[in-house]
Amino acid sequence: MLEVGAVFPPLLGALIAGLFGRSLGDRGAQGVTIGLMLVAALCGTILFVDVALHGNPRTVDLATWIASGSLEARWSLRFDTLSAVMVGMVTVVSTLIHIYSVGYMSHDPSIPRFMAYLSLFTFAMLMLVTADDLVQLFFGWEGVGLASYLLIGFWFDRDSANAAAMKAFIVNRVGDVGFALGIAGVFALTDSVAFNGIFAALPEVAARTITAAGIEFRAVELCAVLLFIGAMGKSAQLFLHTWLPDAMEGPTPVSALIHAATMVTAGVFLTARMSPLFELAPTALAIVTVIGAATALFAATVGCVQNDIKRVIAYSTCSQLGYMFFAAGVSAYPAAIFHLFTHAFFKALLFLSAGSVIHAMDGEQDIRRMGGIWRKVPITYAMMWVGSLALAGIPIFAGYYSKDMVLEVAWASGTTVGRFAFACGLIAAFLTAFYSWRLLILTFHGEARADAHTMSHVHESPPVMTVPLALLAIGAVFAGLVFYEPFVGHHYSGFWREAIVIAPEHRAMELAHDVPAEVKYAPLVLAGAGIATAVLFYGLAPRLPAALAEAFPGAYRFLLNKWYFDELYDRLFVRPACALGTALWKGGDLGTIDRYGPDGVAAAARGIGRGIVRIQSGYVYHYAFAMLVGLVVLVTLAATGRL
Amino acid sequence: MSTVGFPLLSLIIFLPLVGAAIIASVRGDERTIASNARWTALWTSLIVFFLSLVLWVRFDRSSADFQFVERAAWFGDLAISYHVGVDGLSVLFVLLSTALTPICVIASWESVENKVREYMIAFLVLETMMVGMFAALDLVIFYLFFEGVLIPMFLIIGIWGGPRRTYAAFKFFLFTLAGSVLMLLAVIWLYLDAGTTDIPFLLDHPLSRSAQIWLFLAFFASFAVKVPMWPFHTWLPDAHVEAPTAGSVILAGVLLKMGGYGFLRFSLPMLPEASVDFAPLIFALSAIAVVYTSLVALAQEDIKKLIAYSSVAHMGLVTLGLFTFTTQGIEGAIFQMLSHGVVSAALFLCVGVIYDRMHTREIAAYGGLAHRMPRYALLFMLFSMASVGLPGTSGFVGEFLAIVGAWQVNRVLALVAASGMVLGAAYMLWLYRRVLFGALTKPELKALLDLSPREVAAFTPLAALTLWMGIYPSSFMQFFSVSVASLLDRHQAMLGASRQLAGL
Repeated sequence: MLEVGAVFPPLLGALIAGLFGRSLGDRGAQGVTIGLMLVAALCGTILFVDVALHGNPRTVDLATWIASGSLEARWSLRFDTLSAVMVGMVTVVSTLIHIYSVGYMSHDPSIPRFMAYLSLFTFAMLMLVTADDLVQLFFGWEGVGLASYLLIGFWFDRDSANAAAMKAFIVNRVGDVGFALGIAGVFALTDSVAFNGIFAALPEVAARTITAAGIEFRAVELCAVLLFIGAMGKSAQLFLHTWLPDAMEGPTPVSALIHAATMVTAGVFLTARMSPLFELAPTALAIVTVIGAATALFAATVGCVQNDIKRVIAYSTCSQLGYMFFAAGVSAYPAAIFHLFTHAFFKALLFLSAGSVIHAMDGEQDIRRMGGIWRKVPITYAMMWVGSLALAGIPIFAGYYSKDMVLEVAWASGTTVGRFAFACGLIAAFLTAFYSWRLLILTFHGEARADAHTMSHVHESPPVMTVPLALLAIGAVFAGLVFYEPFVGHHYSGFWREAIVIAPEHRAMELAHDVPAEVKYAPLVLAGAGIATAVLFYGLAPRLPAALAEAFPGAYRFLLNKWYFDELYDRLFVRPACALGTALWKGGDLGTIDRYGPDGVAAAARGIGRGIVRIQSGYVYHYAFAMLVGLVVLVTLAATGRL
Repeated sequence: MSTVGFPLLSLIIFLPLVGAAIIASVRGDERTIASNARWTALWTSLIVFFLSLVLWVRFDRSSADFQFVERAAWFGDLAISYHVGVDGLSVLFVLLSTALTPICVIASWESVENKVREYMIAFLVLETMMVGMFAALDLVIFYLFFEGVLIPMFLIIGIWGGPRRTYAAFKFFLFTLAGSVLMLLAVIWLYLDAGTTDIPFLLDHPLSRSAQIWLFLAFFASFAVKVPMWPFHTWLPDAHVEAPTAGSVILAGVLLKMGGYGFLRFSLPMLPEASVDFAPLIFALSAIAVVYTSLVALAQEDIKKLIAYSSVAHMGLVTLGLFTFTTQGIEGAIFQMLSHGVVSAALFLCVGVIYDRMHTREIAAYGGLAHRMPRYALLFMLFSMASVGLPGTSGFVGEFLAIVGAWQVNRVLALVAASGMVLGAAYMLWLYRRVLFGALTKPELKALLDLSPREVAAFTPLAALTLWMGIYPSSFMQFFSVSVASLLDRHQAMLGASRQLAGL
């Protein structure tokens, strides 16, 4: 009952607000969705305590979904430590963001639709994390994709929002092809799509090979890589990351909930959920590590030069997801999930604070036109500080515990890719601190760069927005401190139990607690250096950044244009696909098939006999009649002739 | 074996003809005739639909045998007979046909204004032909209905169609003609070889490998055009564009399934060796269809053409799934056909809604409709997502199972099949964005009204089916899972037997 209560109320809320929003009114829709989210959050929290902390995992079976031969996908709610952690986090953060939205969206004409989408998203996310088989996970996976598409394009008047929404859906779908093929591969290998069935069969089939495109692969490696491609799409990893910054077209609560705290972490969740498979696939793990590390660094470099407040935080998200992946890649899934957990609080806090700033500044998002407002929005300012401190990994804040753990496991893994990840992660830690304080200083300090009219309106947000901020801030401060021991402490395996499997030879989690002091303190030193650099650049010597940009124009443009990924993909995929479509249509269908097929035959017929001209006069069906009559006669003749 | 106390299938097949006769006999002024024709057609199709629900309730899902069988001699000692019945492979197609017909009548209520009587007669005759085709258990009966379907369809396109209707009907005719003649030859050959055209008998009738190959090609010529498979698909966009809304609904919803059903009913079980031999060809054509027609769909400027091309891509998955000879592949193919029958029918209805208001199918003529038509936007989104194959809608189940089936045969094939997931999303979302999203700037669109109650009545059952099939597909899959299992068993057995014969 509790399990159903944690997952289904958001669906109910979405249906009520979505279908009857107009008769309920704005207040009614907000009341219904928030009320039902509170129910879910209550159930989710109780379950988190019972399942994760007290160790009572369970699975509620609901119904058959797809049954075809030995393939059986079911609707069910699996609660083990991993899903209970996710459910607890998702329901709580989502509830806070629902409440915040009441304030943030107060001037919007379609409030019920917005609340319905938010609740729909939450439901899909909960189905994703409580899935007991890969197919239901895929249901949630695509469901959050749909909700994300709808919310990015929420203001569908704007062409940019529509473009961003489409881009998000389609880029995600590229990853989903990998995911779907991964499911097919896992099923062909283990004859099951249910987690327990897959994990039970894996040891026996670990050595099997499979041929694809003439190349022989170890089947587990191929499946793991395919599933990871899905994860790359959803979690915006390098090469499939291009949609995430554009997704900032959506309202800010959406960015906080979907594109920071929950949905984008689904890929990390998938990797952790499939840990028994990944543990058998060393090559796949190495790929995960390298992609994660490269993303962490790449996104951080781009984040340093962006001027849109939300895009800076979006690249930061992308970068932090990279951290989670390389932790998973060195088999430290608990560290990955721990960072996912703390990140949800402080990144949601950062986004909502940014939203509060945008709200205060009449929709302005460009930090070059902000500045000098910290006295006018003291709570938001404080919250932004808390979020930035947590993100930079400053002690006692949540990020300190989780990010250090991630870097320590990367070092402790002892592998080459692990060291590569450690190096990328360290540089990224410096850049993270740098862009965070760049953002803080440019947004709140210095002279006011907005016009006088906007400045006169700058105001602190109402309590309905600041109270959720304060609650998230509590998480951003304490989530690391409180949950460090159970999540990644010495007895982590007693907390995760069967939910995460780590092969005995992968010892990064154990060794992480005994890394040398220079490894332990390097991230902190670099974070400090990053803050100092930002203060120097934007506080003490404000001409320095421009001078640097002028000195290295190529590098600056390269970063500002996000390494030219969008342009590259546009040339490589989008335009060729459209051109090819037109070419195949005009050249293939009309120019070849029709020209030599029906039209050619008709032209020839026209030359041969005038009688056939009647075909073109609309009496085609006469011929069909004639054909049928002829058939009956023919059959009769044949039949009687034979008898 | 299930039976009822009366000839249920014959009743379902021929009751629409009775309705048509009643409509034909009505006299009076034009308005009386039109109104009478509409109501009679609606009631007839509804009664037929409710009768067909008996099949749903009474069909024995645990049996792979033909049920509700009726048989009467036509020529000789049952050499050619009126033999009808349904098994798991066909029963849901009968229901699909009987469900879509009343929806078509409702959809045409106001949009068809001239020759209403003839129009409604054509639809009722069409229903007879469709149901008869799926229920036929004799090759000659099958052939009669199979070709008979084309006559009312020709009329619907040719009389109530758009400006280029003649060209479209003629193209349709040319493509179909070649296939039909060859299939007729195959039917005659089978009759001469087996001495009967009884389908259950022929299913157990052994054929030499060379005979199988020739027969396969002959059937293929007919079915491939109907599916339609690449490169025999070019009649479809033209036919759809010119057909009236309800014509497109039936064309996409039922007529395209005739080819897939033909492969399933004849090629796979009767010609097992040839089916295996030709599978690579089918895979190649299906894979090309998925990628090629999806790309072409991306370039379309006409809403109906876009959806027509998407149909070809979706049917590519069907033929691909069928010839994998895996449980998931075949079940996925059948489910994909049923789902496509509902979803593409609904999408063509969606086009009809705005066509009735604006009388253009140009995508560029629209934009921002979501502002004025929120209910329409919601339904269009639902069916677009089903077309894209979003889990939770009917479109996912078939697509997913077909991919799983394809993987077991060939990994690259599975990749090509799955690439439709990306391309499908691209063209559907691009369509949706241009028609429904964006600012509402065009003055002529500002007065548009949202769905009328009549339109809601036509969409509601389709929306409910889309979700039902997506969330609890077992209700449908349990009809055919036993039949598919038996088909695969027989297939294995026949392949084994012929290998033994060959001395291997």
